[in-house]
Amino acid sequence: MTGGIVSLAIVLLLLALALWAVLVRDAFLAIAGFVAYGLLLSLVWVRLYGIDVALTEAAIGGGLTGAMLIGAVARLRGTEASSRSERSGVGLHILALLLSLGLAATLALCVMVLPDPAPTLAPQVSQNMAVTGVGNPITGVLLAFRALDTLLEAIVLVIGLIGVWSLAPDRFWGGRPGLRHEADPDGILAYFARLLPPLGIIFALYIFWAGADHPGGKFQSATILAAMWMLVLMAGLADTPRIGHRGLRVGIVIGPLAFIAIGVLGLFSAGALLAYPEEWAKPMIVVVEVALLPTLTLILGLLLAGPPLRFDRGSAA
Amino acid sequence: MSIETLFGLCAAALVGIGLYGLIVLAHPLRKIIAFNVMGTGVFVLFGALGRRGAAAGLLADPVPQALLITAIVVAFAASALAVALIVRLIEATDSASLASDPPDEASA
Repeated sequence: MTGGIVSLAIVLLLLALALWAVLVRDAFLAIAGFVAYGLLLSLVWVRLYGIDVALTEAAIGGGLTGAMLIGAVARLRGTEASSRSERSGVGLHILALLLSLGLAATLALCVMVLPDPAPTLAPQVSQNMAVTGVGNPITGVLLAFRALDTLLEAIVLVIGLIGVWSLAPDRFWGGRPGLRHEADPDGILAYFARLLPPLGIIFALYIFWAGADHPGGKFQSATILAAMWMLVLMAGLADTPRIGHRGLRVGIVIGPLAFIAIGVLGLFSAGALLAYPEEWAKPMIVVVEVALLPTLTLILGLLLAGPPLRFDRGSAA
Repeated sequence: MSIETLFGLCAAALVGIGLYGLIVLAHPLRKIIAFNVMGTGVFVLFGALGRRGAAAGLLADPVPQALLITAIVVAFAASALAVALIVRLIEATDSASLASDPPDEASA
């Protein structure tokens, strides 16, 4: 009973925050609402027994997306007023309202008539977990049963980063992403940027390693590492790397390349692409995870930093 | 009402709210937020379906959950690309308009 009340409260708050994020006039307030919405969403995942999803949502959906949107709204200040002048007409509002209500009602109807018993792959996952050598079924799905999805995801991330970089003005190609941050070297931000990263890195590596048997894994770990990196950048203690830097580019592609190499190896040793030979599943999974960690960390951080805007270590041109 | 149905209905409402915002909001950054709300609605629906698939000692079907983790990461990458596009658009045209013929183009 208490659980039901908690769930209902989460749902009502979630809907209120979603309405706030969409309807409020000021873009900054909308983003603040959206960050809270992302954090509340991770509670939804906890209620649905998706602890791994909750960790990812809190770190990426709430944290990184929020940081990115706040950075964007700060750069786009002043463009809100002009876009307000081209507000759509009453007719379009009514049409949009009808369309949205229709879509929501259709989905709600589908939810009410879902088949019973629900289709599930849980028994198959449960039966075959032993051969993967990992204890967390999510990790088993991500890196063994549906490894192709994870490989393609890593490639999509690389392509996304190339897309962001390619928006750089021609003269800054190969330069450093984002603006140079300046902060008081004796201030509280610089203090935390020195204090937190060692702890954050240990915590991230723990989450990474624990992901084999418990909630956690490379995505959550990479997000924490990227956040630590961002903290150091924002405090002005380090600068973003030049995107032309060879080591950086190697770090970005190492994950997908190692994944593909092991996948192709599976063709010969286990008879199928991305298959692992018996007894070797766990070591192979560990190799892929270790290779993906720097890739994910760099890509998440660099996606947040944006396209290259300058070459020197000074302010943006 | 079961918790899966409750969150499923919540998800349907979130998709509706997101779609409405996506259509009527003028500023492209606001459209991205609305699109993310719509996307999370789809995620929640997927998560509710995964919870219904609890079986064989697992509290939820791990396959949709693993795909959700992938989806959240990809959604972030897509949003980052969209934000970069918008910032570039606004810097290049001095206008946040997505209209093919921006009203303030003549004065710019």
